[in-house]
Amino acid sequence: MARSLGGFLVLILLVSICDAASVFQPISDSHRSAASELFSPVDGSFGSLEETYEALRTFEVLGVEKKPDVSTASCALVSKTLESSSSTLKDLLFTLKVNGILKCKINEKAFEDIISRLKAAVNDANSLLDFYYSIRSLVLIKEQTLKADLHLADAEGVFRSIKALSQSDGRWRYSSSNPDSSAFAAGIALQTLAGVISLASSEIDQSMIGTLKNDVLKLFDGIEKYDNGAFYFDEKLIDARENQGPLSTTSSVVRGVTAFAAVIDGSLNLPGDKILGLAKFFLGIGIPGDAKDFFNQADSLGCLEDNRVAIPLILSLPSTVLSLTKKDSLKVRVNTVLGSGAPALVVKLVEAFSSNSKDESLIDSQELKFNPETGVYILNDLPKSIDVGRYMFAFEIVLHESGPEKVYATGSQTKIPIFVTGFIKIENAEIAVLDSDLGSIETQKKLDLAGNGIVSLSANHLQKLRLSFQLTTPRGRAFKPHQVLLKLRHESKVEHIFVVASSGKQLELVLDFLGLVEKFFYLSGRYDIELSVGDAVMENSLLRALGHIELDLPEPPEKAPRPPPQPVDPYSRYGPKAEITHIFRAPEKRPPKELSLTFLGLTIVPLLGFLIGLLRLGVNLKNFPTKAVPAVFAILFHVGIGAVLLLYVLFWLKLDLFTTLKGLGLLGAFLVFVGHRILSHLAAASSKLKSA
Amino acid sequence: MARSSGKDAQALFQSLCTAYAATPTNLKIIDLYVGFAVLTALIQVVYMALVGSFPFNSFLSGVLSCVGTAVLAVCLRIQVNKENKEFKDLAPERAFADFVLCNLVLHLVIMNFLG
Repeated sequence: MARSLGGFLVLILLVSICDAASVFQPISDSHRSAASELFSPVDGSFGSLEETYEALRTFEVLGVEKKPDVSTASCALVSKTLESSSSTLKDLLFTLKVNGILKCKINEKAFEDIISRLKAAVNDANSLLDFYYSIRSLVLIKEQTLKADLHLADAEGVFRSIKALSQSDGRWRYSSSNPDSSAFAAGIALQTLAGVISLASSEIDQSMIGTLKNDVLKLFDGIEKYDNGAFYFDEKLIDARENQGPLSTTSSVVRGVTAFAAVIDGSLNLPGDKILGLAKFFLGIGIPGDAKDFFNQADSLGCLEDNRVAIPLILSLPSTVLSLTKKDSLKVRVNTVLGSGAPALVVKLVEAFSSNSKDESLIDSQELKFNPETGVYILNDLPKSIDVGRYMFAFEIVLHESGPEKVYATGSQTKIPIFVTGFIKIENAEIAVLDSDLGSIETQKKLDLAGNGIVSLSANHLQKLRLSFQLTTPRGRAFKPHQVLLKLRHESKVEHIFVVASSGKQLELVLDFLGLVEKFFYLSGRYDIELSVGDAVMENSLLRALGHIELDLPEPPEKAPRPPPQPVDPYSRYGPKAEITHIFRAPEKRPPKELSLTFLGLTIVPLLGFLIGLLRLGVNLKNFPTKAVPAVFAILFHVGIGAVLLLYVLFWLKLDLFTTLKGLGLLGAFLVFVGHRILSHLAAASSKLKSA
Repeated sequence: MARSSGKDAQALFQSLCTAYAATPTNLKIIDLYVGFAVLTALIQVVYMALVGSFPFNSFLSGVLSCVGTAVLAVCLRIQVNKENKEFKDLAPERAFADFVLCNLVLHLVIMNFLG
């Protein structure tokens, strides 16, 4: 799942690069260093045999010098797998592939056992992958042990069984029971059939090979392409198991086709453009981030580097930005996909189109000179018709007559976007204040836009401001830059921006203040003047403060628009806020302490008066019971009342209502009981007295 | 004319005093108690008039406690007075018990309201 996701990411990366540039670079040192980083062994080995093989093959193809040394662990794994009788065919294949690179010391006996096992497997095989593993293993053993007499028993029969799985559109099925066909399987089948051909003891029937060649052509009919000239293979069915995106499918087909082309006589008649397109597809990926993708890219490029169909030659430019002022020369390289040198050839700059003359070429065809030391084709001086700007240069490669051994794919024309930059001359810059009606100049100052001087002007609302200057390209033509803006900024940071219009070489801006009064929000005062002139191809783009102008505008009327509020520094809200003064309720005025204490005393006075009055009235305690029991109750009654009053005092001092009520409940019950007893006793005593 | 009315007032006052002297002692005690309670209330009102009614709840609670206890004492006096035919069958001790209980409840509420 992660692999197919990786594949899709590569696809997206590819599509995004597609529209950007059609410049392809061959493999460079950045690729090699990325490979060293990506394939780093853990504890002296890369993990499984498949991963070990992928890492070693990548290092071998790219020519990475600083390789990690994994031979000990890997060779041990290789011997173990070869000697074990329970290794699967897939393990055997990868073991032999690793052995092919590392060249470990394996004893002959192990190989003998394996050969007999593989031959039996070929006879019993009924699926494409079984054939593939067993036959490719036999081919590798033949290469590694140099046994010239290792042959397949019934090569033609095997050929036919594999060929039976092919489809009419050039794709292959994995087995007769599985109806799904894929280009990935086609690549595997081609590798297997190439192995069969090389292991055959006698010549295989040429008609069968001819049919196979047609199959390959049919497969290439189904090739897909991107706009930037890259060709690739993709599957119709998305199968999470085997299909991992166009990169793995295209790599498989490339391996198959190059292996097949290597073992047959004659050529495959595949159009060179398609082979070049496949090379561009792989190079267009850049540096993949996934190990599997990296291996697929490197292995495919390794197959394409020196194949018998057509060797793609890549035209690349070290720099696509040229400066007219620095008199840069146009440099072109032609290399194979892995960066090796190309054979003798001629590079011609055939056409050059600018963005506004897409049909007509600005130059005649000319040849670039070859510098043998650096391996670079150079055009020293750009033609006079090339001025600053964006161009599309079309190059053509013409090979010198080469021998029949190698065929090269160069493509018809390679189109590359070129930027030509230069120093733009700014002349006759002046700024003036004119009187509105007559156009007569009141103040005129010359500006030196290259230097640092500032001007100081003043104007009122009845006058105009005029700014003018000329821009000339290095070739002496008129130049209209992308941005020519004049900015007037008031002291209160209110800004106004104007575009300077151009006509031919002259750029001019006239500001009529009468019409601009409302736009300026009637703000009089000092305005800073700033001019910016910029373009992608202008090497001396400038943003310059020219000076300032004192503007005298009339007073704003009632309904004049206010200037927009200037943006507040967004971080100011994190600063301290305004101080808040709380207004508390003024506390009530309390009376002076002496007064309060006086009245406290005065309140006690009536109580004293009451007590004195009681004494005057002759209050006595004669009715107090003398007998023991009633006396106790009487005492308890008074104690009870006193306790309740004490409870009230405590309530006021610190208790809460609920505690008080609880206590009161208890005391109240007690008091009622006691009071009832004593008062009924007293009532009985008085009624006895009355009746007596 | 004023002198005769002055003399009349004095005579009225004298007769009131002599008549009052005839009341039983327990009633006089109760009257004294009522007078004491009302006087205390008056002193509190004067204080409030002087310093303002800031903790109004305290003022109310103080005044109402005096007034309330005075009212209860008056009720006691009515019930205890032997000349009062309406309460002939009610024992004075019972009236006194009511007086004590009502006072206790009043003072609980007063203490709560005092703050």
